[in-house]
Amino acid sequence: MSSKKKLPSTFFNMVLVLTTVAVLSALALSFTYSGTKEARAMVEVKRTLKALQEVLPAFDNDPDSEKYNLESDADLLLYPAKKEGQPAGTAVKTYSDKGFTERIWLMVGFDKDNKIYKTWVLKQRETPGLGTKMKEPKFRNQFSGKDPAAFNLKVKKDGGQVDAITAATISSRAFCDAVDRAYRALLGGGKK
Amino acid sequence: MNLLKELHRGLLKENAVFVLLLGMCPTLAVTGSAKNGLGMGLASTAVLLGANMVISLIKNLIPDKVRIPVFIVIIASFVTIIDLTMAAYTPDLHEELGIFIPLIVVNCVILGRAEAFASKKSFLASLVDGLVMGLGFTFALVLLGSVREILGAGSIFGRRFVAEDADTILLFILQPGAFIALGFLIAFVNKLTKKSRPRRDA
Repeated sequence: MSSKKKLPSTFFNMVLVLTTVAVLSALALSFTYSGTKEARAMVEVKRTLKALQEVLPAFDNDPDSEKYNLESDADLLLYPAKKEGQPAGTAVKTYSDKGFTERIWLMVGFDKDNKIYKTWVLKQRETPGLGTKMKEPKFRNQFSGKDPAAFNLKVKKDGGQVDAITAATISSRAFCDAVDRAYRALLGGGKK
Repeated sequence: MNLLKELHRGLLKENAVFVLLLGMCPTLAVTGSAKNGLGMGLASTAVLLGANMVISLIKNLIPDKVRIPVFIVIIASFVTIIDLTMAAYTPDLHEELGIFIPLIVVNCVILGRAEAFASKKSFLASLVDGLVMGLGFTFALVLLGSVREILGAGSIFGRRFVAEDADTILLFILQPGAFIALGFLIAFVNKLTKKSRPRRDA
């Protein structure tokens, strides 16, 4: 369409054009980076808050600001919940490496008697349609109200009391492993 | 320029996925659900539109010998902008699409349109081309994602229409299902477009 001739491919032209394009791209990227920085930082915070709301009994403090980690394992975070100054329970951010792909992350809420209150999946990359069913209430609600001291946190195939997801025993095992790790962290970490 | 004709070209006649068979990697990898297909399609469309527009504007300033590096720098910048924006505002979708967002850089639909179209045609023509080719790509991904989600998970756009414990054809949301479903869709689209050809000539 245009009748103008293209810039000839001399060494000078090539260096000039590539440099200019690279500099302009870098400018555009740095603008986007700083423009979205705050929103991207908020994503993780919002996820944690949502999970805390889901797994803990009613509370009126800010568990996120009081969180602490186990000395033996810095990846395990404990969030103490309080209601009118009294301990209401604890949420534990826990994980398992026994999943099908990468590490799965859960939030497990315990009430003040150390019984499981609710569970919530923070991050998982299990097989779509099979292991991902761990996110569904049908599976994760079976833990609610159970006291891990009296409830064997293993799938039935391994002699425990947990109903595994059909065709996803490995994912179910990983889930149990993570909940068990949370419970041990709760006992080992002591109550505040 | 006939917009309807252009749209028909992007959606069916020269559909990037069904006819040109370009961009197969994201097509097969992220279409486990209609929503993922739509997200990937729209992200690619945005990149395609941006790259086509910028390249057609500066086409006379690009020396021939370095045109591919220049195209790639421009495309990669758009992809990174989209990547950061999605991470900030659609975090769940961003996490599900994962590595395939940065990989839009190497989607041959985008470099292909830059090289074959935007570097030769006017700004307006390139804009329309980016839009229709992008919509065609999105259409293909949503179609493939829907077929796989309906058969494999018994839902559409996340809304389940079968009983919760009903058995679905899991194969279709797993990787082999992508190849099978795509094969049938390509055959179907080819049949459609072949039929309509004599009518257009008449």
